[in-house]
Amino acid sequence: MAGRDGQEPMLEGWGRIKGPGREEVSEDLERLTRDAVLTRGLGRSYGDSSLPPPSSPVAKGSRLADRILSFDPGSGLLRAEAGVTLLELNRLFLRRGWFVPVSPGTQFVTLGGMVAADVHGKNHHRDGCFGAWVTGLRVRVADGRILDISPRVEPELFFATVGGMGLLGHILEVEFRMVRIPSPWILCESERIGNLEAFLQALEEAGPLWPYTVGWIDCLSRGSGMGRGILQRGRFAEPEDAPALLPGNLKRRRIPFELPGFLLCRATVRLFNELYYRKHFPRMKRSILHPEKFFYPLDALLEWNLLYGPRGFTQYQCVLPREKGGAAARRFLELLTSRGGASFLCVIKDCGQVGGGLLSFPLPGISVALDIPVRDSTQELVDALNELVIEEGGRIYLAKDAFTRSDHFRMMEPRLARFLSVRRKWDPEGRIRSAQSIRLLGDKP
Amino acid sequence: MKVAFLGASKGMGRALARQMAQRGDDLFLLGRDTADLEKSAADLAVRRGLAGGKAPDPKTRVARCDLEDPATFSPALVAAEKALGGLDTVVVTAGLFASQEELEHDPALLRRLLEVDFSHTVLFCEEARKRLLSRGGGTLCVFSSVAGERGRKPVALYGAAKAGLTCYLEALDHRHRLEGLAVVCVKPGFVRTGMTEGLKPPPFAGEPDDVARRVLRAIDAGKPVVYAPAPWALVMAVIRLLPRAVMRRVGF
Repeated sequence: MAGRDGQEPMLEGWGRIKGPGREEVSEDLERLTRDAVLTRGLGRSYGDSSLPPPSSPVAKGSRLADRILSFDPGSGLLRAEAGVTLLELNRLFLRRGWFVPVSPGTQFVTLGGMVAADVHGKNHHRDGCFGAWVTGLRVRVADGRILDISPRVEPELFFATVGGMGLLGHILEVEFRMVRIPSPWILCESERIGNLEAFLQALEEAGPLWPYTVGWIDCLSRGSGMGRGILQRGRFAEPEDAPALLPGNLKRRRIPFELPGFLLCRATVRLFNELYYRKHFPRMKRSILHPEKFFYPLDALLEWNLLYGPRGFTQYQCVLPREKGGAAARRFLELLTSRGGASFLCVIKDCGQVGGGLLSFPLPGISVALDIPVRDSTQELVDALNELVIEEGGRIYLAKDAFTRSDHFRMMEPRLARFLSVRRKWDPEGRIRSAQSIRLLGDKP
Repeated sequence: MKVAFLGASKGMGRALARQMAQRGDDLFLLGRDTADLEKSAADLAVRRGLAGGKAPDPKTRVARCDLEDPATFSPALVAAEKALGGLDTVVVTAGLFASQEELEHDPALLRRLLEVDFSHTVLFCEEARKRLLSRGGGTLCVFSSVAGERGRKPVALYGAAKAGLTCYLEALDHRHRLEGLAVVCVKPGFVRTGMTEGLKPPPFAGEPDDVARRVLRAIDAGKPVVYAPAPWALVMAVIRLLPRAVMRRVGF
């Protein structure tokens, strides 16, 4: 079906880099995924993970398949269709004393997407990825069969699906364990920290004491102030510390239109980062926060991706192994600033153990995530960053990626051969694929 | 409320049923595919449970009822009454939709649509009316459409069925209001659901949740006509006043 004016319809990820494709949605996900090549949730992955192959340009959207199928208040076990959003789970469960075991930095994701990207959160150092809490999946594999799989039933397929970016099968249902929380409010300590080494040390020290830790650093400052930023440590508040009221609905603002791309230049980003850093008191601040403010600060600004102008942006997220220490993170930031990569605050977080997902992103070490507006030089910048990440023994997060070259990806993923052999077994013809898998794995376009 | 709901598994029906369950109403679902209905009933049971209500066993909250098969109407409503221990509200959101082009080219589809959206819906409402009146009244809430408001070029056939339904619902409300039966006729404008997926949304396109909120308020108040989303009340007020000569010229 051609779009208006006979133009090819286009689809985009959160970074707004477009590819040919359109979305088809239905409440009936089983019917919808019959003969499908790709399923997507809310399209919140930044790059091309949720874009279909150009030769078969239809992605099936799971977002209307949004029923909760069972919930056991005794164990917290929840089973739901793949299109249930985290927004809805939080709306229903936070006030009743339940929370998802692992939450990414936005609520605008589906359960299917959370499994496909095997998302991690501020508690990764303690609780691992979302996949670690998944007890069962219902998937439609490439030959059309619908299977119920778990860590014990078809474990190979299960662990390739968790973090497999939707390439092993269409995720139809997800079963996982919710966790009990003492109150829906967050007790948060935030602290301004003057440089990268002190920052990494503070993250490490906070790890054993706090379930949720994260930092925002100014990646434009150089020299002794490099990596200065604000560290947040949090936990769900005990009832005696929490307000008696339930957290209300936060006001959300919307970016009303696409801003011109030049607004985001080095000078404006530098100014923003400076203000963000200075705004925080030099000393430690302790407060009770609305859970959405703590977990999803950017959700307050709907469609913030319009900030980056018509060419869009990519997010670069990598993890550098712990044994390389803080020096690796410093080398990374030095390379970034020398290349003129201007990013709003970049997010820094220490990761814990490697999970079960065959292609899951985290490994023990330091994860750095930054936004890069798309310019003519973006490919070169990503290539240079990737070369450093390969050198350090790290890897990148597929849910963010739009620019990595397949040779670089192969070099940073020793696990790829194993993943591909499982994928060949379940999908010998390489039927289920995405624009990303064409770019990175050499699938047929 | 004790609600028998025909069409709760999709679109606006799903949104409305959820808002009912979340405030503690007890629902019984009617529809064609009981296995699928059970999943919707489970979803509603979880939501009711989280809101502090009793979460009923989903298996006991569904019955087969097919708008293409009037023989299923009465048994389904009896089952609902029995499971809920009474019945005070019946909601119908189910119906068929097809474009004018499809209907013009496919007489079999046209016949099916006219039957489902008009004759059979009326038959179902008659059955529901009797049941509710025998218990002293209640509310019958049925989704018609703004398409039935005027004879309009792009919805000549679908609109005709909905116009007939709207007329019937108005008369029913006049006829039985004093006996305690309130009839609520919902006229949704363009709402983003699976049914309208792929169509280009016009101005004032709405979300199922907004429609559901308005409808629930109307049910509580016994308001006989609801336009939803809200701006459509104004849009339709204008369209109702347009002279015939103008309607002939415009494309909507």
